[in-house]
Amino acid sequence: MLNIRDLVVAYGGIEALKGISVDVPDGQIVTLIGANGAGKSTLLRTIMGLEKPKSGSMEYNGEKLNGFNSQHIVSRGITLVPEGRRVFPNLTVLENLRIGAYMRSDEDGIQADIRKIYDIFPRLEERNWQMAGTLSGGEQQMLALGRALMCRPKLIMMDEPSLGLAPLVIKEIFNIIRSINETGTTVLLVEQNANMALKVAHHAYVLETGRIKMEGSGKELLENEEIKEAYLGKKKK
Amino acid sequence: MNNKRNLILTLVAIVVLFGVACFIQAEVDSYIRRIVNLCLIYAIIGLSMNVTNGFAGQFSLGQAGFMAIGAYMVGIFTVPVELRADVFYAVPMNPYLVNIYMPLGVALVLGGVLAAIVAGLIGTPVLRLRGDYLAIATLGFSEIIRIVITNATSVTNGALGIKNIPPLNDVRYIFLATAISYILITLLLNSSYGRAFKAIREDEIAAEAMGVNLFYHKNLAFMVSAFFAGIGGGLYGALLGTVDPKNFLFTLTYNFLLIIVLGGMGSVTGSMFGAIIVTGGLEYLRIFDEPLELMGVAIPLFRPGLRMVVFSILLMVCVLFWRHGIMGTNELTWEKIIHFIKHPLDGFRKKGVQGK
Repeated sequence: MLNIRDLVVAYGGIEALKGISVDVPDGQIVTLIGANGAGKSTLLRTIMGLEKPKSGSMEYNGEKLNGFNSQHIVSRGITLVPEGRRVFPNLTVLENLRIGAYMRSDEDGIQADIRKIYDIFPRLEERNWQMAGTLSGGEQQMLALGRALMCRPKLIMMDEPSLGLAPLVIKEIFNIIRSINETGTTVLLVEQNANMALKVAHHAYVLETGRIKMEGSGKELLENEEIKEAYLGKKKK
Repeated sequence: MNNKRNLILTLVAIVVLFGVACFIQAEVDSYIRRIVNLCLIYAIIGLSMNVTNGFAGQFSLGQAGFMAIGAYMVGIFTVPVELRADVFYAVPMNPYLVNIYMPLGVALVLGGVLAAIVAGLIGTPVLRLRGDYLAIATLGFSEIIRIVITNATSVTNGALGIKNIPPLNDVRYIFLATAISYILITLLLNSSYGRAFKAIREDEIAAEAMGVNLFYHKNLAFMVSAFFAGIGGGLYGALLGTVDPKNFLFTLTYNFLLIIVLGGMGSVTGSMFGAIIVTGGLEYLRIFDEPLELMGVAIPLFRPGLRMVVFSILLMVCVLFWRHGIMGTNELTWEKIIHFIKHPLDGFRKKGVQGK
């Protein structure tokens, strides 16, 4: 679905991505794990058209993505759940969802999708009229997910959905990610919480300072000794 | 169903207020009439400033410049042709313009359109800036507009200003202009454009990730704001009967900043209240400018200038205790009014009524 080849992205003179290749097949959950500064968020921002790549190519179903602005990218069915949730704090939950459907104009479809999202996240319906800034962290993450789903994405990219959430809430969020994927949406997940991410992922990449260090299925990487030591916090015996 | 009811109530309110405007026009002395007119015009310009500053979250201070464009459009084209030689006595008027006359309505709309075009040209480079930088850049452009007007003597009569504009001290027309501006701006802000403005205000990156075109919407907000500022400026010129570059110094913008901060950044009804309170309040406080004798002793503080001191103190109190202005980002909706009429004491029991 999404094929990235030799992508180089630089901030000024510093290369954040030093030529990486990632494939996201249709209908799967693909995850990128890596420490701070590995370039995970940069990759997502570049796919969204928020950063310009220096070289390399990005193709989405055979269509080039390089050089388009984010309006175009969203209209192709790619959406981003930004890092740190970034809900619109002084707008109500409902308004947040409606902005998610900004690119659409089918009022009936929008109403039906809002209904659907309230079915997935009943907590959001209870807080329909509340300002999004007054929600708890977990609820804000649900809202950020719901808002992204409002544009009916084919590929949903998530930047650290577990950031700053309690372990139980993280579990809930990951269950939802899995169920979103089961309804046919492809997921590209960026995480520092390697344990959770590798458990849900079909395929995973390990990113280190702008390069892909390792790749494999989620299960393979979970059992890899090196990964265990570096990211899962288990010492070799 | 509620929407229909609200629409009917709004129309009824406008008709009733129009009746009040007719009454004021017919029965009330010209001093009060002038204050009412000024309130209405300031409400238009306050609203227009709220579109960029309150809703789209772009801190722009260019309102005085856009007002000047609208005011000069009215000044140049509505002065009767036979009186123009008196006005342009120092430098004769540009021969291409000297015979063009427009009725006030046409000049107002054209003034708005020209202000919007200028805003579009300014906005393209300037709206890439943020926060303080944007404020300074727009302030600078507002001054540039004023200085261009001061120096284009054959068109604008330069520093002498234009007098002999047929005065418009008619509450009914100005009320209608305000009502139309209010309705148009409310419709815009309740559409998907309005939602995009708010999204940009709240979080630019998230808005962009939702597919909101930042540049297009910022520019649109800026141009709409300039359009209504131009209309407001035109009415202001027509109300005074004269336009002069010194009327449009950048300090004028702060009046409107005051109105929207006091009324609530991001609240349409708040801007209306803000305009009435600031304009009406400043007039009401004139008693402090007059000498006062208590029991035969003249109180020394009561002299011209005390009014502004009292006003400033009141403002500080307002900003300290209502940091988001009177309305914040809320609106006075019919639901709230009906709720208040049905349960007038609720407001004291718990804070805030849910606007369902």
